[in-house]
Amino acid sequence: MIDLIAFIPRAVIQGIPLLFGSTGETLTEKSGNLNLGIPGIMYVGAISGVIGSFFYEQAGAPSPVLTVLIPLLCSMTGSLLMGLLYCFLTVTLRANQNVTGLALTTFGVGIGNFFGGSLIKLANSAVPVIVLSKTSAYFSATPAGGATDWFSRLFLSYGFLAYAAVIIALAASYILNHTRIGLHLRAVGESPTTADAAGISVTRYKYVSTCIGSVIAGLGGLYYIMDYAKGIWSSDAFGDRGWLAIALVIFSVWRPTLGIFASFLFGGLYILNVYIPTGTNLAIKELYKMLPYVVTVLVLVVTSVRNKRENQPPASLGLPYFREER
Amino acid sequence: MNKQTREPLIHITKRGSLPWYRTLGIRAAAILLAVIFSGLITMLLTGENPLKIYVTIFNGSFGSARRVWVLLQNTAILLMVALAVTPAFRMRCWNLGGDGQILAGGLATAACMILLGDKLPGWLLIVVMLAASVVAGAVWAVIPAWFKARFNTNETLFTLMMNYIATQIVAFFIVVWEVPKGAGQIGIINQISKAGWLPQVGPSKYLLNVIIAVVFTVLMYLYLNYSKHGYEIAVVGESERTARYVGIKVDRIIVRTMLLSGALCGLAGLLLVAGTDHTLTTTITGGRGFTAVMVSWMAHFNPIVMVFTSFLLVFLSKGGSEVASGFGLSASFGDILTGIILFFIIGSEFFITYKVNFRKHAGKENGK
Repeated sequence: MIDLIAFIPRAVIQGIPLLFGSTGETLTEKSGNLNLGIPGIMYVGAISGVIGSFFYEQAGAPSPVLTVLIPLLCSMTGSLLMGLLYCFLTVTLRANQNVTGLALTTFGVGIGNFFGGSLIKLANSAVPVIVLSKTSAYFSATPAGGATDWFSRLFLSYGFLAYAAVIIALAASYILNHTRIGLHLRAVGESPTTADAAGISVTRYKYVSTCIGSVIAGLGGLYYIMDYAKGIWSSDAFGDRGWLAIALVIFSVWRPTLGIFASFLFGGLYILNVYIPTGTNLAIKELYKMLPYVVTVLVLVVTSVRNKRENQPPASLGLPYFREER
Repeated sequence: MNKQTREPLIHITKRGSLPWYRTLGIRAAAILLAVIFSGLITMLLTGENPLKIYVTIFNGSFGSARRVWVLLQNTAILLMVALAVTPAFRMRCWNLGGDGQILAGGLATAACMILLGDKLPGWLLIVVMLAASVVAGAVWAVIPAWFKARFNTNETLFTLMMNYIATQIVAFFIVVWEVPKGAGQIGIINQISKAGWLPQVGPSKYLLNVIIAVVFTVLMYLYLNYSKHGYEIAVVGESERTARYVGIKVDRIIVRTMLLSGALCGLAGLLLVAGTDHTLTTTITGGRGFTAVMVSWMAHFNPIVMVFTSFLLVFLSKGGSEVASGFGLSASFGDILTGIILFFIIGSEFFITYKVNFRKHAGKENGK
């Protein structure tokens, strides 16, 4: 039997980067932009934070506030720039979204691994590997402290970014469903022509939602490095989590609140193979890792078969908008 | 002050068509700008003379006979995958599952080599491998295609997920077949008997792949431009409604075209596993399924042009790694260069499709 009190916090920690990614991507997709650059953006968010924190720690990291703020701001700037690049190409220049997204992922993962592998050399630093222990200490400080009762372990054993992820998802859901801005945004994603005729600036909504979405997704990368990985960068360690975040958007049928639980579920599925006793049969573990993707495919199929209107992707998802085109 | 009929500063209109030399000119300018820009970035990072950087990039691909062969081999495989995904793209069906389909083909190949390697005569084994890899790749593509045709399931996301399912299945079989137990890898399959290894043609083990890629480029060009199938694909891509109206069975075309895509990807898997690597890993595709999307799109889905676009991307990534290794930096530098050139080319498409009209002189407007 699995020890749930030990398992759930591990699943949540695995799920948080996915939650950031999927909340960001949901906002983006609601505007009709299918941003396949999310995996790249999450790498850039991570490495930008690492770069900022690396130089600040080299300087001794005197102020606790700045130790947290600098990586946070660097990460957000990095992913914002990626978001802007995507918007410029797809919205202003009306390029194909799939191609732009894939190029962004190649580029972003390249940036992450390049600077992760070369930062020490470029900065002529004496340290052998990137270990940002001071910064990480702040990011992974938990409200529970050393308490070991079940409540603290389940709810209070996470760094502040984890709580931020949940709050951001709730806020995104509120904005999408209960405010005028959200209504406009959904209109842009469903039918940009109609939105445009109603006087909504399609370009502005697409830019803003995609850029905010990128920044949120980038925080997922930062969380992974600073909290989960304890400030240690290693090449490709982030793996395919970015794609999993995109899968999560489908799984949660474009609903950020559902995304919170779905991300914890995916986090659980991601590490299930460690907890399920398989005896000596190691091969089966690899098949367990397949579960999140199989489940996503099933959701994708079921939603399209049932064809319920409220569970469909935004109607204009993936299509560029040009006013003068019929 | 706030004039109601103010003309916007920039007005964008769609172009009819451009003469080929101007299209070519815009693209060449984009590539040139990208090359200059990459040079600048490299210079900032390494502090080296940009000319020397270009020489290094060039050497990375053409420095020795072996490097030229590696360059050709990588181009050939990338081209094969790009050719495979192209028919689907022509009908606006975004098959992002190239990686998964290659893995499926590669897995089938490896399975035949391992399980039947000592049971069948050489030529029969290769025939079985060929059939198995093509079928495996095709199956992997037909699953999403069938749901797309039947229920209009989003094929971009479906094929994307199929990649990771394939990756995990391959990971499963790697553990099953690993040599020695616990190594986490298969190692070279049939190293001594060489059963199932594709025969070497000419001076290099890579030549066969290059020849196959060239043959398929021509075949695909003919298929897309001069066959009934190619015509049907074009009609479906242009307008599904028109296609239905003229009596084309759109569902069948979608499944048939994706089947072709998957089968070719499976073949690429065979070439990788049996032709060059002689082993199976989860990363054997090297992300080619995604790169191929960009290769195909940059070439406007034209198989002949894809020869150049795939060459360009392989050339850059080899050059980038060469620069990086020269300065002791991470080999991912190639990805950054690839990204930069892609952004420039993606951006340049805008100026081919659209025309930017600036507002006429302001004085004239005041007179209104």
